[in-house]
Amino acid sequence: MTLADRDAATHGPPSARKRGFSLGDGAIQAVLVLNAFIMLYPLFVMLMSSFKTNAEIFTSPFALPRSLSPANIEKVWNETNFVRYLANSVGVTVASIAVIVVVGTMAAYAIARYEFRFSGAVLMFFLSGMTVPLKLAIIPLFIQLDTLHLIDTYAGLVLVYVAMGIPSAIFIMTGFLRSLPRELEESARLDGASEWRIMLYVMLPLARPALVIVAIQNAVPIWNDFFFPLILITSDDRKTLPQGLTVFMGEFTTNWGVLFTGLSLAALPITLVYIALSRHFIAGITQGAVK
Amino acid sequence: MPSRRRRSFLPRRRTLWIAFLLAPAALIMTAFVVWPLLSALRLSFYSFNGLRPAGFAGLENFRQVLIEHPFSDWTYNALFHNVVVFLALMVFENGTAFLLAFALLKALPGHRVHQVIVFLPVVLSAVVVGFLWKLLLHPLFGLVNQSLALVGIGAHAWLGDESTALGSIILANIWHWLGFPTLVLLAGMQRIDKEVLEAARLDGAGDFKLLTQIIWPLIAPSVTIIYILTFIGSFNWFELPYIMAGLTGSPGGSTDVLGLYFYRTAFGSTTTGIQDFGQGSALAVLMFILIAGVTWMALRILRRREADL
Repeated sequence: MTLADRDAATHGPPSARKRGFSLGDGAIQAVLVLNAFIMLYPLFVMLMSSFKTNAEIFTSPFALPRSLSPANIEKVWNETNFVRYLANSVGVTVASIAVIVVVGTMAAYAIARYEFRFSGAVLMFFLSGMTVPLKLAIIPLFIQLDTLHLIDTYAGLVLVYVAMGIPSAIFIMTGFLRSLPRELEESARLDGASEWRIMLYVMLPLARPALVIVAIQNAVPIWNDFFFPLILITSDDRKTLPQGLTVFMGEFTTNWGVLFTGLSLAALPITLVYIALSRHFIAGITQGAVK
Repeated sequence: MPSRRRRSFLPRRRTLWIAFLLAPAALIMTAFVVWPLLSALRLSFYSFNGLRPAGFAGLENFRQVLIEHPFSDWTYNALFHNVVVFLALMVFENGTAFLLAFALLKALPGHRVHQVIVFLPVVLSAVVVGFLWKLLLHPLFGLVNQSLALVGIGAHAWLGDESTALGSIILANIWHWLGFPTLVLLAGMQRIDKEVLEAARLDGAGDFKLLTQIIWPLIAPSVTIIYILTFIGSFNWFELPYIMAGLTGSPGGSTDVLGLYFYRTAFGSTTTGIQDFGQGSALAVLMFILIAGVTWMALRILRRREADL
């Protein structure tokens, strides 16, 4: 159940009609409007400034841009490694999520659908990974990836992200898979279906909502991550978007319009996906905190 | 759950199948979480020669970062700032989030849209948020100063002044993350039995009384989670200060936090030139003990508070 669904389920009509609300709804609405303005205005400025020149940004900061000239965008697109960074981010994120979903679901399926000795201990082993900040193990991780010749490779980065994502993926998938009815599995088994087929064609299609949560919950921090690429990636053409952005910002420290353009372009993909799937995003990110 | 074993699914095959399902996850976790964490502890007792351990050093690394000047000064300076960040986020970020959640609970028109808006910055990278606020706070053309100029207040170098730099970064962090505690607390409030709230209102409880005496104690589980995550977040803080204030916590170390100091010690930089994996490991171990220890204690205390309901 997403936050929004729960919202719909538990929220009756506005209860303000009841007496006892000493603050007027009007005042509260005003506060919310002000807050919405504070949350959105910086992003609006970022977007507008990306069409401005230095002179415009300095002399008319609050005005709309004089023209929607794509000059800055062209500059970012053609003269920097921006597209490369973007492609790297897409590749690394997609690969990491794919591995997390497959590997996490397999393990969760074993724990949730079969009874075996030490299954509780196995689950605890995986869940313990949720409590440790992997950032603090970066020195041994670096040494280990260096030994495996995985420094400055996509594979090294993906492996770290997968390790980071598996615990929560197993946590969510185990909970969900346990809630599925046993009858389906049993009847498929009586029909002679193999365990493999039962998992793939009977049980997993039912687990789609949980798979979406797992994918989003991992996609956001991986897409946004800056720390691991900073240490594990050194070649410019293998950098991910957040990391590449620092290079880019360093190159254009005085061309403010181009700086704002770079930020806007970097924020755009995830913002668009978020607006399209906001319920899933909110549920995905707050999952765990909201039980 | 009892599993009915069929003849075709022999115990041996069954064991193999389960092992096959578990193996990839277990291998990756062991190699890239368990092993590195244990190694971090071991490495903190070694002196280093570049990337390789050079010899057993006992507690020397710990002595350096905790007692020896100037390392210890940096450690305590950074630790102090982490505490400031934690307290500021607890009061301002979570306080605002609590009030916002209550405002959203009333389900006034547009509250759904507001939830989407307040959560939007949460999905953005700290790098984007950091650079955006760095530009907004720019002394010359930044929108913050330009807005203040409209009401006749002179320009200020927010990130260049030791007294305002850390506060500015904290504000950017609040803007970035506000939506998270807001929606977690809102979810907690929405789970309160409607009849309890109605009854309180019929008894004449105003907003203040409702908030402090009914809602606040009843959302204890959500509050626990927010406390813990705020704590872990503040003591792992790295991206935003790195982007907005640089690797050395400028100006004058006024924005240095443990995350920056740890990164600087472990991986060095062009400006500081230090790179010491031994000291870095010792710092990581200390940070880990601090975070895990406080989290564990806080959980015990807060869970007891929940149980008192």
